[in-house]
Amino acid sequence: MASLNNFKKSIVVVALAASLAACGDNDSNDPVQVVTPPTPEPVSYAFDVTVSNLTAGQPLSPIAVIAHTEGTLWQIGSAASVALETMAEGGDNSQLLALENAIANASSEGPVGPGANTTITLTTDSLEALKLSLATMMVNTNDGFTGLSALDVSSLAVGDSLTRTTVAYDAGTEANTEAAGTIPGPADGGEGFNEARDDVNFVARHPGVVTNEDGLSSSVLSPEHKFDNPLAKVVITRTQ
Amino acid sequence: MKASTFTLATLLAVASQSTMAAELDLTITNLTQGIHFTPLLVTAHNSEDKLFEVATEASTALQTMAEGGNIAELMAQATAAGSDMAANPAEGLLAPSSSTMTTLMTTDGNDYLSVTAMLLPTNDGFVGLDSWKIPTEAGTYTVYLNAYDAGTEQNNELVVEGSGAPGTPGIPAAPGGDAGTGGAGLTSTDNNINVHIHPGTLGDDDLTAGNSDLSNTVHRWLNPVAKLTVTVK
Repeated sequence: MASLNNFKKSIVVVALAASLAACGDNDSNDPVQVVTPPTPEPVSYAFDVTVSNLTAGQPLSPIAVIAHTEGTLWQIGSAASVALETMAEGGDNSQLLALENAIANASSEGPVGPGANTTITLTTDSLEALKLSLATMMVNTNDGFTGLSALDVSSLAVGDSLTRTTVAYDAGTEANTEAAGTIPGPADGGEGFNEARDDVNFVARHPGVVTNEDGLSSSVLSPEHKFDNPLAKVVITRTQ
Repeated sequence: MKASTFTLATLLAVASQSTMAAELDLTITNLTQGIHFTPLLVTAHNSEDKLFEVATEASTALQTMAEGGNIAELMAQATAAGSDMAANPAEGLLAPSSSTMTTLMTTDGNDYLSVTAMLLPTNDGFVGLDSWKIPTEAGTYTVYLNAYDAGTEQNNELVVEGSGAPGTPGIPAAPGGDAGTGGAGLTSTDNNINVHIHPGTLGDDDLTAGNSDLSNTVHRWLNPVAKLTVTVK
């Protein structure tokens, strides 16, 4: 029994010592609050981006979706970046996906044919000022592309969605000759990107293709490759 | 106390508005220079029973409308679905640059508006609006409509009498009286068999021969092709 009492006493002493030691670190006599920092739960935000190709005969190159907080992938009237040129002339989106200001990115696995759709999932760890940009080439053109520029999704609640349609742009980096060997899509199987800039060298809305049935006899394109706006339907849904 | 009663009443009014019937004044304008619209169909419907959906295959009813202008099947579908509708407000064709007005009373749950009409002269082109959410707040709203291709018929651009029936290729009529004859037929293949944005007609400059019976200076358009003004009362 004595040993038990002693044991109790020693517990009290240890407890006192511990609380005194704690008080020693505190200038005031406020009750000591032991704050255990909560283990930060990993917070992530997820978006499903569904893209439907609404063109008659323009497959869309693998679709790049980029999350960022500032800047744009292109601007009307300004020269295209090499990354944009590479995508718009040849459908290669790897440089766009590797952009410095991207905080997350994703790409569709492959091209999206006329009438087809695909869903791309993107996850970020921040929602503040979050923008999504999307870019893809109309592959049966010289340097035509479509997409969305810096669409703000920061106020989208879980389960909410935004629906947008996209218009056709011309990268302005390659003349719209529609000539054999210059178009990478199935209409031609020609060259994709090259460094030369033999066009206006600024991004603008696309004037459309002419085709070989409409006065451009050297064109490899036919009426099925014509397009009018909008080019694609995009539904962005925040899922998490 | 007065204030809170008022607030509660307002909240109730706003909440009930979203499910209550709406009275709509509609004006539809054909914005094109040389394309006629066949009888228009406007429906107010739930989120499911739309008239068409892009990037999916056209229903037979939609095909019948898009290839020949016949809206009977779409009307039957809409009736079966409990949609509200305004059918053929222009009582026939809506000519280029013309407008038509109608009213539509919507019932509970029919919160979306859709519109269709065939474009003449085209093979299977139509002007469309898919599931526009009807605002609950009173006011006047403007929506622009695009030209779609039903994806059900090759765009051979040949005017052929009796070709309005599904399965008979050709353009059933050119109401402007400005199309040609004797075309050989455009042979381009329609890769996209789903409903999509119409690539536009091609036409040519020979009204007695060439590939197309359409004129390349008369029968083209660019989106949008129609303007819809909705006044929510």
